[in-house]
Amino acid sequence: MLVTNIETVPGRQVIKHLGLVQGSTVRAKHIGRDILASLKNVFGGELKAYTELLQESRDEALDRLQQQARAIGANAVLNVRFSTSSVAQGAAELFAYGTAVVLDEE
Amino acid sequence: MIEFVTFLVLMALGYGFGQYAERKHYRSILEREKRFRSEVLVFQTGVPPEQGQGQDQDVRLVMGSVVISVDYFKRFLAGLRALFGGRVKSYESLLDRARREAVLRMQQEASKLGAGMVINLRMETASISKGEEKTVGSVEVLAYGTAIITRDARSRFEPTRFGRATELFERA
Repeated sequence: MLVTNIETVPGRQVIKHLGLVQGSTVRAKHIGRDILASLKNVFGGELKAYTELLQESRDEALDRLQQQARAIGANAVLNVRFSTSSVAQGAAELFAYGTAVVLDEE
Repeated sequence: MIEFVTFLVLMALGYGFGQYAERKHYRSILEREKRFRSEVLVFQTGVPPEQGQGQDQDVRLVMGSVVISVDYFKRFLAGLRALFGGRVKSYESLLDRARREAVLRMQQEASKLGAGMVINLRMETASISKGEEKTVGSVEVLAYGTAIITRDARSRFEPTRFGRATELFERA
């Protein structure tokens, strides 16, 4: 599965357009990580645990997007965008969406 | 009285460690920016600069993200600022560091894949501790783009069009 955030893939043609696909995940903060994070709030600096947490969640959102695309027979997702919103206190939604297409073989 | 002492201690700790961490971070950012500037070119446009020689290049989504927090001292200053208005310098430098770090991480990922450039750069900022009593505090920045991986870097870069490409020749 080819995933990119550009509209066309150099050297390949879109032969079928399958519409929008999306993937999302909502994650809450971990209490242990939160304690460390509150320490960081005094000293400043990177909150590595959160960076990792969000990275994992985003990967999962991308995974779900690809699953959806695969299910409708696409072999690529173009024009992918990310969006983050905090739905509740301490929980964040990570959302990825893009256009599923069928590309010709190289 | 005890509360006031704790406050002073937190301020001092925040100031000391915060300044140290920020300086160290800026040094590392500058150093890596220097390195990646010639290694991975970043474009905001969605079209690869040398289109038409398409066949032998791969595209791949790359991203880099960072969650970074401001220290106690700076948060206090920002709180004061909120009363009087004006530039909030402590958050300016926080966001600046976060953005540059995110882009650097993205470049690093691209460079690991052997890409010479990243196109269609997009950035996103989210404050993850929103809704809590302590205002902004920490912020997440995500940078993502499409890495163009050339299967033969040699034929891809023409030094006349990219001034920096000579370094790529030397590495290849």
